[in-house]
Formats: sequence, C-alpha cells, structure tokens
Amino acid sequence: MKRFDYVRANDVGEAVAALAASPAARIIAGGTNLVDLMKYDVETPERVIDINRLPLNTIEATESGGLKIGALVSNADLAYDSRIAERYPLLSSALLAGASPQLRNLATTGGNLLQRTRCYYFYDTGTPCNKREPGSGCPAIEGVNRIHAILGTSDQCIATHPSDMCVAMAALDAKVHVIGPGGERTIAFEDFHRLPGDMPEKDTNLQPGDLITAVELPAEDFTAHHSYLKLRDRQSYAFALVSVAAALKIEDGRITQARLALGGVAHKPWRDTEAEAMLKNSTPGVASFSAAAAKVLETARGYGENSFKIDLARRAIVRTLKQAADGTPQSQTDKRIR
Amino acid sequence: MADTATLIGRPSIGQPTRRVDGPLKVSGGARYAGEYFADDLLHGYVVSGSIAKGRILSIDTSAAMAIPGVVEVFTHENRPRTAWFDSKYQDQVAPPGSPFRPLYGDGILYSGQPIALVVAESFEAARDAAALVKATYAPEEHITDLDAVKGQSYVPPKKRSGIAPPPEPRGDAEAAFAKAPVKVHETYRVAVEHHNPMEPFATTVVRDAGGKLTIYDKTQGSQNAQAYVTGVFGLNQSDVTVVNAFVGGAFGIGLRPQHQLFLAVMAAQALERSVRVVLTRDQMFTLSYRPETIQTLSLGSAPGGKLDAIMHHAVAGTSHFEDYQEVVVNWAGLLYGCDNVKLSYELAKIDTYTPSDMRAPGATLGVFALESAMDELAYAAGVDPLQLRLTNYADFDQNEDKKFTSKALISCYEQGAERFGWSKRSAEPRSMRDGHELVGWGMATGVWEAKINKTAARASLTETGHLEVSSATSDIGTGTYTVMALTGADAFGLPIEHVTARLGDSSLPTAPVEGGSWAAASTSSAVVDACDKLKQALFKQAQSMPDSPFGNVDFDGVAFRDGRMMLAADEGSSVKLGEIVRSARQHRMEAEGSAAPDSATQKEYVSYTHSAIFVEVKVDEELGVVRVTRIVNAVAAGKILNPKAARSQILGGVVMAMGAALEEETFADHNLGRFMNHNFAEYHVPVNADVQDIDVIFVEEPDDKTSPIGAKGIGEIGIVGTTAAIANAVYHATGKRIRDLPITIDKILA
Ligand SMILES: Cc1cc2nc3c(=O)[nH]c(=O)nc-3n(C[C@H](O)[C@H](O)[C@H](O)COP(=O)(O)OP(=O)(O)OC[C@H]3O[C@@H](n4cnc5c(N)ncnc54)[C@H](O)[C@@H]3O)c2cc1C
Ligand code: SF4
Repeated sequence: MKRFDYVRANDVGEAVAALAASPAARIIAGGTNLVDLMKYDVETPERVIDINRLPLNTIEATESGGLKIGALVSNADLAYDSRIAERYPLLSSALLAGASPQLRNLATTGGNLLQRTRCYYFYDTGTPCNKREPGSGCPAIEGVNRIHAILGTSDQCIATHPSDMCVAMAALDAKVHVIGPGGERTIAFEDFHRLPGDMPEKDTNLQPGDLITAVELPAEDFTAHHSYLKLRDRQSYAFALVSVAAALKIEDGRITQARLALGGVAHKPWRDTEAEAMLKNSTPGVASFSAAAAKVLETARGYGENSFKIDLARRAIVRTLKQAADGTPQSQTDKRIR
Repeated sequence: MADTATLIGRPSIGQPTRRVDGPLKVSGGARYAGEYFADDLLHGYVVSGSIAKGRILSIDTSAAMAIPGVVEVFTHENRPRTAWFDSKYQDQVAPPGSPFRPLYGDGILYSGQPIALVVAESFEAARDAAALVKATYAPEEHITDLDAVKGQSYVPPKKRSGIAPPPEPRGDAEAAFAKAPVKVHETYRVAVEHHNPMEPFATTVVRDAGGKLTIYDKTQGSQNAQAYVTGVFGLNQSDVTVVNAFVGGAFGIGLRPQHQLFLAVMAAQALERSVRVVLTRDQMFTLSYRPETIQTLSLGSAPGGKLDAIMHHAVAGTSHFEDYQEVVVNWAGLLYGCDNVKLSYELAKIDTYTPSDMRAPGATLGVFALESAMDELAYAAGVDPLQLRLTNYADFDQNEDKKFTSKALISCYEQGAERFGWSKRSAEPRSMRDGHELVGWGMATGVWEAKINKTAARASLTETGHLEVSSATSDIGTGTYTVMALTGADAFGLPIEHVTARLGDSSLPTAPVEGGSWAAASTSSAVVDACDKLKQALFKQAQSMPDSPFGNVDFDGVAFRDGRMMLAADEGSSVKLGEIVRSARQHRMEAEGSAAPDSATQKEYVSYTHSAIFVEVKVDEELGVVRVTRIVNAVAAGKILNPKAARSQILGGVVMAMGAALEEETFADHNLGRFMNHNFAEYHVPVNADVQDIDVIFVEEPDDKTSPIGAKGIGEIGIVGTTAAIANAVYHATGKRIRDLPITIDKILA
C-alpha cells in the first residue's frame, strides 16, 4: 500500500476543488472497495478525499414524482427506506441480494456505482491485466474466467461490473447526477458505464474531476410485477454469476411495458431495449420470455469456463420474467428460488 | 477414578461442558501469535514472487530501503547464514524430500514463493516498502496442471513416516472384476482446496537482552516448531521457547512450520531485535493445500451387490522437492469385506508448493470416491444404498488381517437411518419433489483412523488445593483445554473451576503435534496417568501426617472429592488436599504421567471411528441450484469426552464437507502457474445461508483398547464421507452423477 495524503471535504464545492487540484486523487466514501484496492496496490492514489461529511445522504422527492438518492446514502439505508421498499421494491431487493449486512451498512450509492470488477487478475499485481496496466495483456481470456463476461466483451478485457444495485437502477431507467469542473450535469444510466473496447482501464464515462452527487429514479410503478434473481456459487455473500432484474406492466393479460437488465454478464449492467420491445404487447408466458432471452443472448460469447453462463442467463431471464409476471418476486431471505 | 454418582451437578467426562477458554475467546482476552508485543518490536512483511519456476535475475530493494522506518530488506542475496544441510529444515511431519528453504537461493520453485522480507519500525512502513521491491526473473517452463503429468506418475520411493502405503493386493481383483455381473468403473476428482483457518499465519519473536527467544507462533505443535528453529538456526533448546496458547483454527496447515516462522526468527537474530511477521489472507494461498488427486475406482459385485472385486488407483500431485503422501486408497480395502482387492497410490510432480495434511487427509478424497462408487453400484445392482453397505459389512480389517478394537457402525446406520427417515425414500432417481424442486436423499459411510500418540502430562496441586494439568499439546479450537480440565476435575472430584489446564508451550511435558484427531484421547489419557501418580504421592504424604486417618488403609481405600482425600469406607475421615501439600512443606506437589499406544494391542487390533451420513438436497434443476436442507451424521467414536465440543467438531466437519462438495475450489491459471482466487470474496466456503438442519448422533461404542480413557477422537470424522453423501443425494434428486467436486451450477446444467 502506497502512502497517501488524506483530506476531508466539508461541502461539495470543496470536494470538487480538491479533485481539480489533484487529478491523481481518489474520493473515499464507504471505502469498502477503495481501501481493499489500495491494500492490493491496484489503486495508488497520492491523495484521498473523504466526502463523508458532504450533505449527500438524503433521499428526496423530485418535482416529477420520482426520488433523488444522495450519493452517500448507504446501501442498507436505501434498501430499507420505506419509499424505496414500497415504490421501488426491485431496487430494494437487488440491494439486499448484494454483499453482506456489514458491507451494506458502509457501502454508499456513489461507491457502488463505481466499484470495480472482481476479475482475479485485476486484483493481483503479480499478473498482467489490461484494465490495471494498459497494454500488459488479458490473461483471463485464456485463463480462469468462470466469473467473466459473455456480452459486450473485447479482445482487451472480458471483465464484468459486479454490482447488484446497478442492475436494478439500469432497469428502472435511473439518471446519475454529477458535478465536475464544468458544473452539474446528468448522465443516463445507460451511458454511465461503458464497454471495455480498447480502453478497459476506463469503467465509466465520468470525466476527470467528476463527483457523483445523486441517482434519480423516475416516477414509474412496477410494484405489481418485478423480480430480482441472483444466481451465485453459494446462497449468500457471493457476486452474481448471472443476475436478472425484470419489471413489467401487465394490462388485460398483455405486457404493456417491460424492463430487462442483467448483471454479472458484461462490463456494465446489461439492459436490452430490443428484448424489452419484443416483450411489449406480448402475452406473458414461456414463449415470449424465451424469445426475449434469445434476443438478449444473440451476441453472447463464452470463453471456456464461463460458457455455461449463456445457458444459465437464458434460463434465469425466463424464470425472472415469470416471477415478475406472476407477482411472486424472488425473496432475498428465503433462499428457495420461486 | 471418582465415583460418577458423586459428580452429579458438576461437569465431568461425558457430560456436555462449556469451553473453559470460551470467555477469553469471546472477550478478546485470548491472544494469538500476531497479538503479542515487545518493546521496540519490528514488523516484517513478506514479498511474494510472481513466477512459477525459474531464477531471480535481480532484486532491487533500494526504493524499499528509502522508505522512512525501513530497517532492512532481506533477500537471498543478503540473508544471514543458516543451516547448510536441508535435513536441518525437516520437521516431525515432513514428507520425504528436501524441505523448502526460504530465501535460500535465486531459484523459484512455485508461484507466490517468498522472495524478500521487509523489516520496518511499523507494519505500515513495511507494507508500503514491500510494494517497492522489484524482482526480475529468468522464467523457465513450468507445469502446474496435474493432467499434463499424470502419465508420468510414480510410486513414492520413500514412504512418509506414519502413512501406511497401500497393502499388497489380495486375491485376483482384475480377473474377478472382468467376470463380475455388476460393475462400476469411474474416475473421481476433487478440486484443490486451501485450509484457510480464520487466523492468518503469524509469528512474533520476542528476544530478551540475553538473546533468548520466546516465539509466539501459529502452529499445531510448539515443540515441532522449537525443534525446527533450533535445528535451522543452530540454537540451544534452552534458548528457544515456542508458545501457541491459542490457535485460531488450522485444519492441518499448522502441522509443519510455515515460512513466516523462519523469516521472523532470521530477522530477529540478524537484527538482534524482536520481530513480528504476519501473512496476508492472499499469502495464505501460497502455503500448502489439499492435493489434487485423480482417482479411478472399479467395483465388481454379484447380482445382489456382494462385492467380489475392488480396485482403487490414485494419482496425486506433489511438489518437485517433496513427496507428500496421504492415505487415499487403503480405505477401499478396509471398509467392506472383499477378497479380491488391488490398491495403488502414485504421485506426479507439479510446480507448486508441497501439499499437506488437510482435515482427514486422504480419507476425505478416497472415501468420496469409494462411497460415490458404492452408490453407483447400488443403482447398478438395483439394491438400496444402505442395504448394499450392510451386505458388504466388514467384521475385521482385511488389509491387515486384524480385529477392530470396536466398531459400532451398524448402530450408526440404524440410528442415522431411523432419525433421517430413510425407509420412506423412493428408490428411483428424480422421483421425489417439493414443488418445482427435485428432492434427493443420499447416504454414505465415513471412516477415520483412531489412535493415540505418545504424550506426557503433568498434574500439580497447590497448597490452596488448586489443580493444574499441563502438556505441550495444542488446542486449535478443538477443545483440548476443556477436555484436559475435565479430566483433571474428574480424577480429583473437583469442580472444574478449581482446575487450570495449560498447554501450547514447548517447555511443558512432551506432546506431539495436534493432528490426526489424537489429541483429546492422548492428552486426557496422559492427564489421567499424571493425576493417578499425583494422587498416590498425596496419599503417601497423607499417611505420614500426624494423626493421619489413612495409616491403616492402602491406596484403594481412599477417595478424592471436593478438594479432600477421604476414607472410602468412612467419608467423615478426611483431609484437605491443600493441607497435605503444606504438610510436605511445599507450595505444590506434582507428578508426571504419560500415555502411549500399547504395542501388544496393536499387534492384534486396529482402531477406527466410523459414521453414517444421510443427506437431503433440494435442487432447482432448471437453474442448477443445490440446497442442502438436512443432514444426519451418526458417529461411532468410542467414549465421547465432552459431547458439547464433540458435536461442534462434527458440525464443523459437516459444514466443511458441504464446502468441499458444493463450493470450495482454488482455481489455478496453468499458463501463469498461479492460484488466482486467493481471497475470501472469491474462494467460497459455506456461509450461514448455506447451512440448514444438521443433526449429530453419537452412538454407544464401548472401547477399552484404543486409549486408556476409552476415547477415539472426533476432529476429522465429520468431514469424511459427507461429501459423497451430498453428491449421492444430488444424483438421487437429478439423475446426474457428478464425479468432480465441487458440484457447482455449471455442472448441474451441463
Ligand atoms: C467481500 C465483498 C463482497 C461484496 N459483494 C457484493 C455483491 O454481492 N453485490 C454488490 O453489488 N456489491 C458487492 N460488494 C461491493 C460493494 O457493494 C462495494 O464495495 C460498495 O458498494 C462500494 O461503495 P463504497 O461507498 O464503499 O465505495 P468506496 O470504496 O468508498 O469507493 C469506490 C469507488 O468509488 C469512488 N467514489 C465513491 N463515491 C464517489 C462519489 N460520490 N463520486 C465519485 N466517485 C466516488 C471512489 O473514489 C472509488 O473509486 C462486495 C464487496 C466486498 C468487499
Ligand atoms: S478481464 Fe479485464 S480486468 Fe480481467 S485480466 Fe483481462 S483485462 Fe484485466
């Protein structure tokens, strides 16, 4: 672990100024990912800017009837917030599928968006890795890749984004509010994370000096038909091999709106609007769900150990859509899959 | 021993007793190796290498040395001289070969090998500097993939001490197999597993002004570590004390000295300072592991399932510098009666560190294969899996042609099956359901050796009547403290609060490493002997007291209870034990005792613990998700000294088996020759949500031959066979036979 300076920002302006002053700095929120990466010498910031005193820990109603979640709201507070639990149960469920209670108490909304991949090589400075050290190579492609991506990969990197929260946010059409040297702006969730392409070192489209201030959820009601299903190597406290967030509106036996996003399969939460369009106006059932799944996985590619994920994702999509359509969302405490 | 009737209401042998070290552990009062302090303590941080094989060309420590607080960076270039002969690096449990010598030369033998030790005034400075040590290498071609070398397997030329090689073949297994009407012939594998105890490896070397060393080490044997240190560094035994008062789990990885011990002592000697070295969780994956083993099992039987041929062949990976061996195949010739048996065990060399004993070494692997194959045979022969075991029940050990000291396995089968409800099982695979989940019921047998090892203990009574029992054994979380205290309390009829147990210190009476499930039986037998001798000494002294009521009786005529010695025939005539000590003008009286295996018994008898395991799984077949919903493990292990701790041991073994069956796997990147998932986020062991109903039964099993105290040991039996029972239940649920552990989602879907 490299030595670093520590500064504490007292308001948003101070944080933005501190970031601008030292581009090699890193923000620390919950620290549950950053500190590990620093101990592994993967992140070696010269300066760490603590934003925990910033007033970004509230959830507020927006004028358009949605909710705006401050970047410092913890994953636990967010999951158990009554407005979230009642109006956005899909997000609550995804949060509770993630990590452990202790981690969720510390982890923040902003930090969760920016958590880095769990690729084994990325964490191990004794090995090459294009994401950690551009140009050094990607040993995962022909190596240990059980947990790696099957969609949107490149010949430079096949890492996944490991978040659960973000999968639900992608499905819910969230927006990310940021403030940077050039002022405030919002980024559609779809455009927030990026695919690896030939710049796997870049996880997102944030600009240097950007601070996330909030995530906004639009006013939409998927409470009747939603589910978050996470498949993993043990019943709790493991990252997703594949996860699916599904949200539907069903009227008179027809799907009138559909949202479908996957976790654990790509460098970003994988939302497929074409598959959603196919579901729209269809009758809920195995036929339409399977067709949507086939659409999502049309371009999927396995790398050996992770090839099973293609079939698993197909099955998971069908099951999650069924859970959503039936109004029997997956419980995150009863481990039996519905 | 005291009359048990008088002990009611007081913990004693055979009654569930809380751990005497429990309060210390939950309050943070129990100190582990990395938690001792000394004035001016230096901190060492290990730098691990990144290639699997080759040479270090250069190693640049200048940037590390420039970090404020760094005192020294040790590498193979500047390491102080230590013993020249590799035999000096040998320890009690070392397999044949040339033990790894840290920082010995520029050669790299495995990925993650320690290549430098940074020593600094603070841990943070040492860690900071460690990242700046830069090595360049001349890599050589490596092979870490056992499949690539299994064709070059060999019978180990030198046997590892204490490990029985496969017995000579009996009958003609090939011919019998060829003509058997029912056959199973399959290959089984278990992934590489790392021990991963909670406590990381750590050593704190406290050096006094005169140069004497007190070494707090994470080890399963303080005297083994002491002998290693004195041998390697040429020190006198009287100048080195090794303490391991508390050990936060080990599972076998603490049997042999690990490299942090060498490095900490080396630095302390070179710098003439106290030094602590703690390994990181990731570095724990650069130590030993359970060897990958490829097993082929062939079973041939008559139509009803009566075995007529068993062949079990195993090829296990080992390092290039040592021939690690464990008992993998012998179980197949022991567990069932069969006249045509051929067992073989071979090794193949790969470029990793030497594997090591891991909870029930060998049996965990071998019995998984055997009990999976037996399940396959049951289906092939069309008989109930439990019935098949009974049909082939072995009344004596055909491997050695000896009798069992005791074997209550039938009771395990009966009581386990009854508790589980086995009779309600429908035989067909895929025939039981709960909603959309498939339900599977599987069973298996477990077996593990029971033995005692030569162990000494001391009993000492103070003038206030307090008893202390001690031995250089270890308590790796298994409950040795409690069993020792219980034994002492029982022998003297004292409340357990009046007894102190001491262990984990090389200066105490000689004991072997804590492993093989022998500690409780060996140590408590030695404590009984020491207490017996002390009681006799007290009796003699009491007889010489003025007005002694014991003048006219012999030793059999007295009893010990509640801190007093009394006439058995007249309990009113008694003397306080403390008074007897004072009458000898002493502060304490003590005696040493010991226990050892009885060679006459061993000529005629063998001793094993047995178990029958019944498992229910529920499988969401479409998604490949397996949940273990119920396990009954019925165990026969002689006298159960402390049922509460014993149950915990079995629970721990069962949960570890769930990990091995469904989750645990260290992934190797064979291109890099390196284990990759070296942390607890990515190396999966069971969590609470994985563990549901586990029921432990201890069946009655009187045994007067295994150990003087009647116990056999329960540290390992819980894991043996349980993996097979889970895999068998998965087969019963799904009709899919998975012979390659762990059974993960992808394998169910395949
Ligand atoms: C063992 C383990 C298991 C886990 N399992 C799961 C799981 O199953 N599912 C899951 O979804 N997650 C899981 N997590 C990840 C966890 O959710 C993340 O670590 C956490 O959300 C990160 O939040 P944080 O506030 O601690 O971020 P930090 O570690 O503080 O920061 C992470 C990154 O975000 C940046 N950052 C933080 N806040 C801001 C901001 N406001 N603006 C700009 N940049 C910012 C930091 O600079 C840093 O680069 C697991 C983590 C661990 C350690
Ligand atoms: S997949 Fe990406 S993160 Fe992993 S080794 Fe390759 S480049 Fe690095």
